[in-house]
Amino acid sequence: MLYGLKIALRYLTANKAQTALLVSGVAVGVFIFIFMSALIGGLAEFILSRTVGDISHVTIEAETPDPAVLVDAKGHLLVAVERGRLRTATLRDTETWTPLIEAIPDVRAVSPQITGAGFLARAAQVAQVSVTGLEPGRESAILDLEGYLVAGSARLGSGGIILGKNLADELDLSVGQVVRLQSSNGVSVVPTVGGIFQTGTGMLDRTSVYVSLPTARTLFGLPQGVTRLEIKLYDLNAADATALRIRGLTGLDAVPWTDGAEQLMEALNAQAQTGYFLKSFALITIVIGVASALLLSTYRRRPEIGIMRAMGARRGFVVFVFVTQGALVGLLGGVAGATLGYLALLPFPGRDEFRPGTLPMDITQGSYGLAIMLTVIGAILASILPARSAARVDPVTAIGQ
Amino acid sequence: MSTLLDVRDLVKTFGEGETATHVLRGLSLTLDTGELAALLGPSGSGKSTLLTILGTLMKPTSGRYRMLGQDLVAADDAALTEFRNRHIGFVFQFHNLLPDFTALENVIFPTAVREGRETSAARRRGRELLVRMGLEDRVDFATTKLSGGQKQRVAVARALMNTPQLVLADEPTGNLDRASARQVMELISEINRDEVTTFLISTHDEKIAACCRRQIAVADGLVTG
Repeated sequence: MLYGLKIALRYLTANKAQTALLVSGVAVGVFIFIFMSALIGGLAEFILSRTVGDISHVTIEAETPDPAVLVDAKGHLLVAVERGRLRTATLRDTETWTPLIEAIPDVRAVSPQITGAGFLARAAQVAQVSVTGLEPGRESAILDLEGYLVAGSARLGSGGIILGKNLADELDLSVGQVVRLQSSNGVSVVPTVGGIFQTGTGMLDRTSVYVSLPTARTLFGLPQGVTRLEIKLYDLNAADATALRIRGLTGLDAVPWTDGAEQLMEALNAQAQTGYFLKSFALITIVIGVASALLLSTYRRRPEIGIMRAMGARRGFVVFVFVTQGALVGLLGGVAGATLGYLALLPFPGRDEFRPGTLPMDITQGSYGLAIMLTVIGAILASILPARSAARVDPVTAIGQ
Repeated sequence: MSTLLDVRDLVKTFGEGETATHVLRGLSLTLDTGELAALLGPSGSGKSTLLTILGTLMKPTSGRYRMLGQDLVAADDAALTEFRNRHIGFVFQFHNLLPDFTALENVIFPTAVREGRETSAARRRGRELLVRMGLEDRVDFATTKLSGGQKQRVAVARALMNTPQLVLADEPTGNLDRASARQVMELISEINRDEVTTFLISTHDEKIAACCRRQIAVADGLVTG
């Protein structure tokens, strides 16, 4: 149907101003589509990175065994006395599991940790804190301590402690000062403040302290094993599948971050739905624009269509000419809109550089190919009605116009 | 000469009931191959309707129409389109050229639309026809840049492009000055003589009719002479 293509092109180039206007209209629709894709995608990325970017994406925690209820053969109830409230469940064999988990393609980092509660004291001032023991060298594996550091170093040597800025302010601490850290087990250590961080999350900055894994072993009386394994992924959305895979691989109870994050997921879904609506409206605008322009064009060209039919053009040929026009308008407008969209998004910071106060536009989520493809499909669909109407033109009536 | 087309008891009625208009009332007509015939009659006599039906652009209400042995009343739209493209050429009063195309592109349209592309053979024939019409220096001109007479000659060339057996011309000179009209009629006579193409020309102009070897008078939807 080369000849049909030639005629379609001729009709488009015959009235350049009208075609340019039509293509511009489509391009604006595509631009909105791309802008919305980048904004909604970037916003979701921003929200996720701000909420779950610094937490474990898959967590394996040691399960605390239920206290045994012992019943003797004669039916007397014997009570098993739990040795203290502070008995800590541990994960053993983490040296075996860690390399296996690290080998999973989606896994970015694994952090064996010992966690517990404690008190941080400086002179007479005491604050309740959450203590996390980290393996030296993996300090920034989950929470980017290095990135949030406002003073000192993020390296945890033995006898070092890293704490949040709010806590440091509360206790009037600075790098190099010595503090006393007492665990809930009653064991005390006297570490030196090695670094102060500020995440912007009040709770974390006020109550979290990080020590090395050996220090945590001393504090919580755990000569071996850890209390939890935190795993960070390259793709947040792969958490469910990766957790399932880890469970299958290790038999451990790996929990993805999405468990218990239903409200966040609902909010993100609602935001995505809003994005779909807005993009659909942009597409509908394109379809209506192309359909109305082509309807007008077919009406204006009725005498010519009549002549073509009289000269032996089949109805299918007429349909092809006008559908091809629609497709070309869609393609031109799609490419123009996608190019404009890309150029307009270039000045925005990349997804890894989102900062509070800036519009989180993600240029990589512009859906350029999808926008062009949907526009071409939409334009083709929009042109079918005018094309069919053109093909039904009665040559006698049309020529007589 | 062999019979090219045969029309029997052709009836064409527009509308229904009290508003029905009977344009053709049982018209019968035979045309032989190579005829140059004029269709004469006052306005409203049914000339244009007859040409439209003979051109397969409209179906009769009843009656028989056979051309080249084919029953054109029973044929469907696709078959009629194909038949029209191969065997019938049209020359309209107002040339009806495609305005966004050149003279040559207009002439080769009937072949290109059938073959799906503009072949070099079609271009060659189109050019030859335009030369024959005296338009060798207007081949690549946009039709909007041509005079009325030139446009009508392009229309004649287009009608002849697929070497049709029948050319139907509805007032082909009605919109032309005397010199252009004479030029167009001379071309039609020449092609009729050289290529044995049958022409049926609807006209009010007795001088044009006199150029034809046969005159067919139509009145009130019937052939009267």
